[in-house]
Amino acid sequence: MTGQSTTPVHDYQAVIVGAGGAGLWAALELARNGIKSAVLTKLYPTRSHTGAAQGGICAALGNQEEDHWEWHMFDTVKGGDYLVDQDAAEILAREAIETVIELEHMGLPFNRTADGKIDQRRFGGHTRNFGEAPVRRACFAADRTGHMILQTLYQQCIKHGVEFYDEYHVVDVVVEDGLTRGVVAYRIADGELHLFRAAAVMFATGGFGRMFRVTSNAYSLTGDGTALAYRRGVPLEDMEFFQFHPTGIPELGILLSEAARGEGAYLVNDSGERFMERYAPTLMELAPRDMVSRAMEREIRAGRGIGGKDFVHMDLRHLGKKVINEKLPDITEFSRVYQGIEPITQLVPVRPTAHYAMGGIPTDLESRVVIDEHNNVLPGMYAAGECACVSVHGANRLGTNSLIDILVFGRRAGRSMTSDVRAAGEIPQMPAGAAEPVRGELETMRTRQRGESAQHIRIELGAHMMDDCGVFRTRQTLESMTHKLRELRTRYANVAVDDKGRVFNTDLLEAREVGYLLDCAEATVAGALAREESRGAHSREDFPERNDTEWLKHTLAYRAEGGPDIRFKPVTITKFQPKPRTY
Amino acid sequence: MRVLRFDPERDDAPHWERYSVEAEPMDRVLDLLHKVKWENDGSLTFRRSCAHGVCGSDAMMINGRNRLACKIRVDQLGRHITVAPLPGFPVIKDLVVSMDDFFAKYRSVMPYLIASDEPPADAERLQTQADRDRYDDTTKCILCAACTSSCPSFWAQKSYVGPAAIVNAHRFIFDSRDDAGNERLEILADQDGVWRCRTIFNCVDACPRGINITKAILEVSSAAVENGG
Repeated sequence: MTGQSTTPVHDYQAVIVGAGGAGLWAALELARNGIKSAVLTKLYPTRSHTGAAQGGICAALGNQEEDHWEWHMFDTVKGGDYLVDQDAAEILAREAIETVIELEHMGLPFNRTADGKIDQRRFGGHTRNFGEAPVRRACFAADRTGHMILQTLYQQCIKHGVEFYDEYHVVDVVVEDGLTRGVVAYRIADGELHLFRAAAVMFATGGFGRMFRVTSNAYSLTGDGTALAYRRGVPLEDMEFFQFHPTGIPELGILLSEAARGEGAYLVNDSGERFMERYAPTLMELAPRDMVSRAMEREIRAGRGIGGKDFVHMDLRHLGKKVINEKLPDITEFSRVYQGIEPITQLVPVRPTAHYAMGGIPTDLESRVVIDEHNNVLPGMYAAGECACVSVHGANRLGTNSLIDILVFGRRAGRSMTSDVRAAGEIPQMPAGAAEPVRGELETMRTRQRGESAQHIRIELGAHMMDDCGVFRTRQTLESMTHKLRELRTRYANVAVDDKGRVFNTDLLEAREVGYLLDCAEATVAGALAREESRGAHSREDFPERNDTEWLKHTLAYRAEGGPDIRFKPVTITKFQPKPRTY
Repeated sequence: MRVLRFDPERDDAPHWERYSVEAEPMDRVLDLLHKVKWENDGSLTFRRSCAHGVCGSDAMMINGRNRLACKIRVDQLGRHITVAPLPGFPVIKDLVVSMDDFFAKYRSVMPYLIASDEPPADAERLQTQADRDRYDDTTKCILCAACTSSCPSFWAQKSYVGPAAIVNAHRFIFDSRDDAGNERLEILADQDGVWRCRTIFNCVDACPRGINITKAILEVSSAAVENGG
């Protein structure tokens, strides 16, 4: 308990954990409203993974052809295999329009139409008139839309004087007597713990794709906020739905954006066949990601991968040099740098890569964290972006809906925090010694003399999750994964690090992150085992059909001794009754 | 592979460590650093996040040139690879340098849109694709600091605002929607501004995003001359 009396304490009305699109827009709302707030990030804000998003952000602007928010809402609901909460999807589709307009007003350099408006292109699952044909709805800035969103929001935060704590790694959230009281952060530069007391704590920590071996996700996407909330009694919703993006670079997992297919690229198997004809005759390569990924894996399993190997080809050659260089410059460079392939003249090997968590920390429509099937709020805690589940993506997210989700619900989080902290008045008291439990955990790990490397555990976790909880699952693979996770947890309790220092100890922090991944994997596998049907990204080979009678409901995984408790929450259905999902 | 290492809690001065790592031609330097960190010595310290050249965390000096460790392959470097922290910045530990001054300079050029007119209530501002193309190149910057750290003018005079800050000023000065170009040009006409550029082109070589930085700096200095700077 030696450090207790000297732990620095910072007081804010609101603290945001994570500086991607959701966190930055929330911060901007708070700053504009004069709320004393801080953004904590374990990176620098411009390193956040929002910046890796490539293809576009959807809004029914109708700049290129007729479009309506109702069509966008329908596509989102159908794309999510009807597990989407439709009140949330309606907010998403309606507010997408003003949100994208506001981004432009902030200075985002969108590509432009001939008449100077924001340019739009096609993207998977986005259609005109309730599924008739693809529609141009994705607003874009070349193929670095996410980069431009991240830069633009950071620029605006600078303009509005947002306070940042860069390279402060949040390692605990303090909840006592049913009230969120703040967070504990580890200053990476010197290993010192800092307490941040706040009436509002928002998690915007992104995804946890690093629990899979092959993923498009950054190394830093380890589910920190998701796991910390879970450890403090917040359930995790719909964790069994994890999206595999069809066109990753094999083994590396780096994404080649759906924008390539949006511009017209084909997927072909070993015999040169555009196999999507057999799986989704109307939308072909622009069917939703879960369907395209399954189709690719089925082709590979049937021996129709290229040369019988475990990848297929993406063909961009017919798009021509001009379209490729002007509209898809970054992703073609990824092919050149990481595959040694020239997409203008050569076929590009691709395979599904773990990409996006549809599930996460459950929230209401105002981005307040809820803790049960009745949407009871945990006062003072908020979440938005990939770490959250509101749920606009249901069982499968459509391309470009992540960027609009983080901004629409990040903005809502900023607004609800503003009104809630004004009503709350005082910053809540922090219990004495609030930093001590996590200080103990970190010190034990840092000073343990002998033990396994946490990285070995992470690598095994990733390999097994890929095989046993990937695109296809069965009871058998999931039970095997459950056993594996128990074993990994036991081993994790005794890991040691090489770096015993306090300055910039990434060895220690990476080991800590493996613990978060184990938590996220545990909830994912428990949900997948419970859900005995196939829906969206969750494909159970032993239960191949969607089963609305029994399973049109969300799962909530609560942390418990011996494995998570699973409870259920109804789906909100307003405009669109579930129908078979064909494209 | 040789890595310049420094642990402020143990070392008085930086020293070279040698590692022998098995690598494939398509492996990136980041993969090699991870191999050392995960299999040999966990205390080897570097920043990284996205691992595909878009987040800007892992700029470092590799075989004498500033590169992103996740974007330079073994087959581009050969069998002997030398890795050191970005030159010109204070080293915190191993390959990690302090970015405080770099981001302070970025903030000093007002890197955000300043438009004097109110935008339309429920529609975007109009901009032609040609006007948008005018500043396209400089929107690519990921603030990795490879350019500023490669600049001899910066090494000689640390108060120089540096190429990255000028690139980000350029992005707004040449945006038809922005009205604060003159203010930025006045900031950059300062003695620590654009005039310190000696067109050595190290920045262009260093930029992992392929931005023609020297051209952008020259466009800014020409505009500063016109502005009476």
